[in-house]
Amino acid sequence: MLELIVISTLNGVLFGMLLFLLSSGLTVIFSMMGVLNFAHASFYMLGAFFGYQLTRWIGFWPALIIAPLLVGVVGMAVERYGLRATHKHGHVAELLLTFGLAFAIEEIVSMIWGKSPMDYRVPALLDFPAFTIFSTNYPAYKLFMLTVSVLIFLALLVVLKRTRIGLIVQAALTHPNMVAHLGHNVGRIFMLVFGVGSALAGVAGVIAGPALVTQSDMAALLGPILFVVIVFGGLGSLPGAFIASLVIGLVQTFAVALNGSLASAFGPLDPSLGPSVLSDIWNVTIAQIAPILPYVLLVLILIVRPLGLMGTRET
Amino acid sequence: MRKLILAAAVALLPGLGSSAFAQETIKLGYIDPLSGGGASVGEGGLKTFQYLADEINAKGGILGHKVEIIPLDNKTNPQESLIQAQKAIDSGARYITQGNGSAVAAALEDFVTKQNSRNPGKEVLYFNYAAVDPSLTNDKCSFWHFRWDAGSDIKMEALTNYMKGVPAIKKVYLINQDYSFGQSVRSDARKMLNAKRPDVEIVGDELHPLLKVTDFSPYIAKIKASGADSVVTGNWGQDFALLLKAAADAGLKVNWYTYYAGGAGGPTAIKQTGLDHQVFQISEGIPNSGNQSAMDFEKAFRAKANMSLWYPRAVNQMRMFKAAAEKANSIDPVKVAAALEGMEFDVLDGGKGTMRKDDHQFFQPIYISSFGSRNDKEPFDEENTGWGWRPVSKIDTAQTTVPTTCKMKRP
Repeated sequence: MLELIVISTLNGVLFGMLLFLLSSGLTVIFSMMGVLNFAHASFYMLGAFFGYQLTRWIGFWPALIIAPLLVGVVGMAVERYGLRATHKHGHVAELLLTFGLAFAIEEIVSMIWGKSPMDYRVPALLDFPAFTIFSTNYPAYKLFMLTVSVLIFLALLVVLKRTRIGLIVQAALTHPNMVAHLGHNVGRIFMLVFGVGSALAGVAGVIAGPALVTQSDMAALLGPILFVVIVFGGLGSLPGAFIASLVIGLVQTFAVALNGSLASAFGPLDPSLGPSVLSDIWNVTIAQIAPILPYVLLVLILIVRPLGLMGTRET
Repeated sequence: MRKLILAAAVALLPGLGSSAFAQETIKLGYIDPLSGGGASVGEGGLKTFQYLADEINAKGGILGHKVEIIPLDNKTNPQESLIQAQKAIDSGARYITQGNGSAVAAALEDFVTKQNSRNPGKEVLYFNYAAVDPSLTNDKCSFWHFRWDAGSDIKMEALTNYMKGVPAIKKVYLINQDYSFGQSVRSDARKMLNAKRPDVEIVGDELHPLLKVTDFSPYIAKIKASGADSVVTGNWGQDFALLLKAAADAGLKVNWYTYYAGGAGGPTAIKQTGLDHQVFQISEGIPNSGNQSAMDFEKAFRAKANMSLWYPRAVNQMRMFKAAAEKANSIDPVKVAAALEGMEFDVLDGGKGTMRKDDHQFFQPIYISSFGSRNDKEPFDEENTGWGWRPVSKIDTAQTTVPTTCKMKRP
């Protein structure tokens, strides 16, 4: 049992940190520009595919740097030539733009790379078990993923809270006109923030690609849960996204590990009731409902605290 | 004037030619996922059917009619499949084939049955090459549905017959996809293992969402904690590859008894785990079966399609389709269906198979094979891993027969 708890905690924290890498970019963009970027998970997918392709050409380590930069450039182009043009038509137009973009990116990726999973391998340097607990190996690569995520979280926090750039970014969030009057180019700040946010998703893609799966539906698999994370944590709140990512990662992982059902708690249902909807509900295990638990959390938080855990504005 | 007639004739000719050609073609709607999580599997199936159609066409087609495969993407979704089936019918297809997903198959079987009762004279036949839920040939059976793959109960019967003779199996873990097929694998495994090996303990019984899990590490941790020595799984596509990938990462060493280890990404994942001849598959044929004509076919198929033959049953299906049409001397679906009933056929990997009249289930020899390093009698590897399939056990047609509850309604 202890073994299961330790391993599940490790797995849960790792999944949580991956979610955080993704949601951090999304939430920074939202707090900055008020745009919910539906294409965010697509930037994650672009990161994975760029990472895969560059790994083939020049190796994993250069790819780890270059692929997110490329994704960042794509993100900036989207902001400069897409979002900025639609901005004057309001948020709905921006939403629709990112919504359409998500589909366009998926189609383009499957046109170029096809629909099968890519053979994106963990770099040989990290392809060994880092340590063994209770006879279960913990791959070095997962440890690497964890480290990168934590470093990025710290770096983001420092940049936003402790540097001049962070100060300007935060000011532009609430008082864009004032910031512009002080001589800062607000448009360029927005573009940079969007680029950085996309690049963060790109990093997540490059490092998650080999560990999970790199194929053209990977954005659709992760996309919905990102919104759960940022709404749960509070739109626009970085610490909130951090906590929410960990909570959701752990909840999902531990739910899978549990076998409990109503039947095991209160005994089997009276057989006279026969097979029915009731007996289905009675016998379903927590493990089986694990994938929907994050969405249950989403509904609960919206009822109890619509701001999210650490949010400052209404969702 | 003469020039004018000539011009008119030239202008009309291509039109005449193409409409005559369109009548000649036998259109087979291929309804399977060509996008989403099941796409890699669906694209492999499409290549297989296109190859088989080319093979038939190169030999003059079926009764002189060319066979054309119409690819239709159903996104592994029953609702979408019905739209695609309607699309196939609208474009003139009288035959459809599908394999991925028993929920899809059930929807299609029902659709075809209703369609045919409403449109007499325009019947459509449904050839099922891979959806293995037993209910398709039992309580839901239909005259318009033929299945070439062994139902999951038939496969489990064969698999448990093999496991019966392996005393090392003591603790079994079941992990399956949460839909009709996965559920039937788990219940058949429970029932048959209990009957044949009551000493075996089932230490876990897991259902996970279909094609939605990106990281199986939590499930692997659970298998490890259960102390299982063998895992039985019906997982296919990315659900199999990712399961094995997570197992390799965690260093889980168990024997895997699978339905679809040979699917896309499966062999690569097995090679990564380093489980040499510890992953077993139950299928109606394997590349290294030792049967010369099957191995020749495999070689030619690989050269052209650039993949290994996942579906020997698709070969049986298309060849029997041709044989049945020739026997009936018609390409009318009703007559072809009648000719298929009870038909005996020499299957690709050798041995006799029968299309049982009672439920339209094809019975054929079944192989248990293991995946690992090869000897000199095994020329074929998979996905460039260097590893290949080795026959472990052959179960003859007679030993795969299971009863059916089907009460077939014939037109």
